Amino acid sequence: MSNTSRKLNGSEILIQCLIEQGVDTVFGYPGGAILNVYDKLYDHKEIKHILTAHEQGASHAADGYARSTGKVGVCLATSGPGSTNLTTGVATAYMDSSPVVFITCNVNSDLIGRDAFQEVDITGVTLPITKSSYIVSRVENLADTVREAFAIARSGRPGPVLIDIQKNATASECEYYPVTPEEYFMSTGTRIERLKNTHHPSVGYPDINLEAIDELAELIDKSEKPLLICGGGVVRAKASQEFRTLAARMDSPVAITVMGGGAFPGDSPLKTGMIGMHGSQASNMACDACDLLLAVGCRFSDRVTLNPAGFAKNAKIVHIDIDASEINKNVMTDLHIIGDAKKILNLLLAKLKHDKKNDAWKNYVFSFKRETEYDDVEGTLTPKEVLSAAAEILPQDTIVTTDVGQHQMWAIQHFKFDYPGQLITSGGFGTMGFGLGAAIGAQAGNPEKTVLHVTGDGSFRMNCNELCTEEFYKLPIITLIFNNSALGMVRQWQHLIYNERYSQTTLDRGPDFAKLAEAYGVHGRRVTDVATLRDVLKEAVASRSDGKGWVIDCRIDMDEMVRPMVGGNSFIANFMLD
Amino acid sequence: MQAKENNQNLKRYTIVTAMDNEAGVLSQLAHLFSRKGYNIETIAAGWTVDQNVTRFTIEIFSDDERIKLLCAQLRKLVPIHYVEILDPSKAIRRELMLVRVHAADKAARNEIIQIANIFRGSVIDITPDSLTISVTGDDQKTQAFETLLKEFGIIELARTGIVAIERGEM
Ligand SMILES: Cc1ncc(C[n+]2csc(CCOP(=O)(O)OP(=O)(O)O)c2C)c(N)n1
Ligand SMILES: [Mg+2]
Repeated sequence: MSNTSRKLNGSEILIQCLIEQGVDTVFGYPGGAILNVYDKLYDHKEIKHILTAHEQGASHAADGYARSTGKVGVCLATSGPGSTNLTTGVATAYMDSSPVVFITCNVNSDLIGRDAFQEVDITGVTLPITKSSYIVSRVENLADTVREAFAIARSGRPGPVLIDIQKNATASECEYYPVTPEEYFMSTGTRIERLKNTHHPSVGYPDINLEAIDELAELIDKSEKPLLICGGGVVRAKASQEFRTLAARMDSPVAITVMGGGAFPGDSPLKTGMIGMHGSQASNMACDACDLLLAVGCRFSDRVTLNPAGFAKNAKIVHIDIDASEINKNVMTDLHIIGDAKKILNLLLAKLKHDKKNDAWKNYVFSFKRETEYDDVEGTLTPKEVLSAAAEILPQDTIVTTDVGQHQMWAIQHFKFDYPGQLITSGGFGTMGFGLGAAIGAQAGNPEKTVLHVTGDGSFRMNCNELCTEEFYKLPIITLIFNNSALGMVRQWQHLIYNERYSQTTLDRGPDFAKLAEAYGVHGRRVTDVATLRDVLKEAVASRSDGKGWVIDCRIDMDEMVRPMVGGNSFIANFMLD
Repeated sequence: MQAKENNQNLKRYTIVTAMDNEAGVLSQLAHLFSRKGYNIETIAAGWTVDQNVTRFTIEIFSDDERIKLLCAQLRKLVPIHYVEILDPSKAIRRELMLVRVHAADKAARNEIIQIANIFRGSVIDITPDSLTISVTGDDQKTQAFETLLKEFGIIELARTGIVAIERGEM
């Protein structure tokens, strides 16, 4: 530990602690309670602060930054409404295990509990949607709390953490000693020491059960019809290479969850596609017939398993996950291994006796479609045409963020993601309005890459205010609106299940998105045919250096559906739509 | 409580956990039970030998699978030190019950005192028409005592909730 101690105020200590953690970009929005912090930020040009239009936008941006860079995202907000505006972003990060540190300030300690102006118990509000949350009322506790918060956000199963600092603690002074994250992790007398020594799941990696690895190697050896599921844990554990090697050595088809997108190459001949409610025929049929289902870093959400009673009914189910509380939560497993996916897969690879060949099984699985064949409709622009044009014209390594709805499913089905972090989507919480904020975070964290934001007219309307952020910070994000004049995904359910009673899902209303974009100072176009779309996309690629984003309003038919589809709680091979 | 046990085919579990003794840990703990759909039957808390650590004894009805999941979820809370399910054959479980009961005449008073003696209870307050008794035991004992006092008319009753500890090894 360095012995250069200085007396600093809480705001300066907070910023020093962010610097300790290597933070160079934060997203946020100021206000009364957090004024001291912003005052210090004014002197620290080495930390880039991105001011959004709304705290929700900042929360998604910090999340998108974290998911696309693998670093911890940071988001600042003031007390009261500033902090409650974060909550959807906190929950979104929580459900998708994204490491974000949210820092809010609250009223002075002596006002707490008196319903002071803009006072709210934000740690209480976010208790169920954070990995951990902290109240700091004394400056002496600030530095170690920030260090602990970062350690917890990024370790074990990652997730959001919230620190609520009372205003007096941002003003009073105490001694500050710089401590690197590594030094902190090795420190004694801190809570991190106990967490580490007890292998607490919030920071530690449990000891891996080596017998279970042997058993799994045995199961793989015996299996003739294996199916791998690639979940979001493969992305978070940075275990994509190991997973790819395993799939090749098992010669096993691979189904990918929404959160697993990018961890397994989209153009691999072993890929069966998405699994679950909008899973491909190949994925869902393979799941139904496999004799070994090996799920890595997935939590068997109801959108994947549908009716859990019939899920992989002929298979031994094996679950690899870092979170013990995911084991046997939604699906009863035959074998589980708790721990870091990268370590487990490496141990497993060393135990595999021989490489397998499963030609008969693969022939069976791939006799079913792995991609949905959407029809070309003469004279209209179809989702498929839009996505094909984007895939062809934009660079191969384009980061894709999405909103929530049909457009999200189409994008995930269509694009051939190739690396972890390439697909950024709200899989667990299904947050409409996530996409633009996430794109801002992704573009801020990856200035050299192209960022494509795929959205729907409903979702875009929710948080399109962030176009001003995109414009101001010269983030050349390409927004593709799948404008079907509808809350399409809800409308699809109404079509299929509610006798076409389209209650409150028709969006026959403004604004003109192209004009709106122009008003915000970015490029805006409306397109109704694929030839124009291709020209616009080429122009967007060519004009990247001007730092201006694009909003391309693609008019598509409102009756287009996401296929295939299995109804909620049906059996996975029971398609209601092919 | 007994009725519930039969109806839902659930067992009673005694969970023992220790947490950092700081503001908000009880609400974190209690919140986890409610948001995962468990109803706490009893909860009792106090310091351990280390005043920085609070030990909770919690009893709930559940089954073997669900209780494992719950423990795994509890273990994720940052202030948690450990979580254990006590083996019923090794657990010593006690609660304190205070009960004030009508005792309008000498006969009633004598009878109540006799019952209390059998339960090793002690009379801690007496007025011309009531007695307050404290009794310690597991939930079955306190329940039995309560049942016997009912006919006299219970004015007020308070339980601490079960605290439990494992027997030492012989
Ligand atoms: C914040 C929020 N509110 C409501 C929903 C429910 N919902 C899910 S998809 C959807 C429709 C989305 O419409 P749009 O963005 O136009 O996408 P489309 O399905 O038409 O492609 C709605 C309302 C949600 N997921 N998130
Ligand atoms: Mg729409």
